[in-house]
Amino acid sequence: MAIIKPRIKLPKTAKAGEIVTVKTLINHKMESGQHRNQDTGERIPRMIIHTFEASFNGKEVVTFNLEGSVSENPYFLFFLKVEEAGELMCKWIDDEGSVFEGSKSIAIA
Amino acid sequence: MGITRRSALALGGAGIISVSAFPLGSAFAMTTEAQAFIDEFTGGADVVEGGVTLTAPELAENGGSVPISVLADGAKSILIIAEGNPAPKIITFNFGELSGKSEASTRIRLAKSQDLMAIAKMADGSFKSGIFSIEVTVGGCG
Repeated sequence: MAIIKPRIKLPKTAKAGEIVTVKTLINHKMESGQHRNQDTGERIPRMIIHTFEASFNGKEVVTFNLEGSVSENPYFLFFLKVEEAGELMCKWIDDEGSVFEGSKSIAIA
Repeated sequence: MGITRRSALALGGAGIISVSAFPLGSAFAMTTEAQAFIDEFTGGADVVEGGVTLTAPELAENGGSVPISVLADGAKSILIIAEGNPAPKIITFNFGELSGKSEASTRIRLAKSQDLMAIAKMADGSFKSGIFSIEVTVGGCG
């Protein structure tokens, strides 16, 4: 399998109390479980990222529960309210139990 | 290249579909499978129409990757349902204490032209919904 590389984009700095945009992208096949093998006719088992979690200094930002109809290489855009400087932690969990993590810090300007 | 008979037919066909698809909201009935997911999410509570903004392109050329965006002020979580997909439940967005606003975007797969529905669970425990009618040129559920 290709190397899975999570990407997180958010501003480097923000004012206290500001709401900033966060964008994330991860490469993952997101095999929906709807396809069949063209030669054998066997159903290809589902292999998707089923949970995405984002937290900031240990507090929950968002949690997304994904199903097979989310496109491959899942992209998300959401918002973060910045009260203090800290680190945004993002976590992707797939059906094989693999956990992919990434983080990005933000400072108060 | 001029307009061939084939492309003219395709254009005409698309025109008819888009016209017939636009008086939406009036006769909106969910398939039983989609309704089951909605009931599971709401616990059978009443869902009020409006208060949820669901945005997507009106015409999606590639059903394998359709950008969608949903906004519901004050929502704790939002469920996205595509009744025309073999698996109608798409994603649930849950907003935590630092989410700033209850808005999120992602990209989804759609099998065919259909109505997308977003159901939002508000902080006070009530439910609101929003509908978006979308036309898909090439289905993305293979």
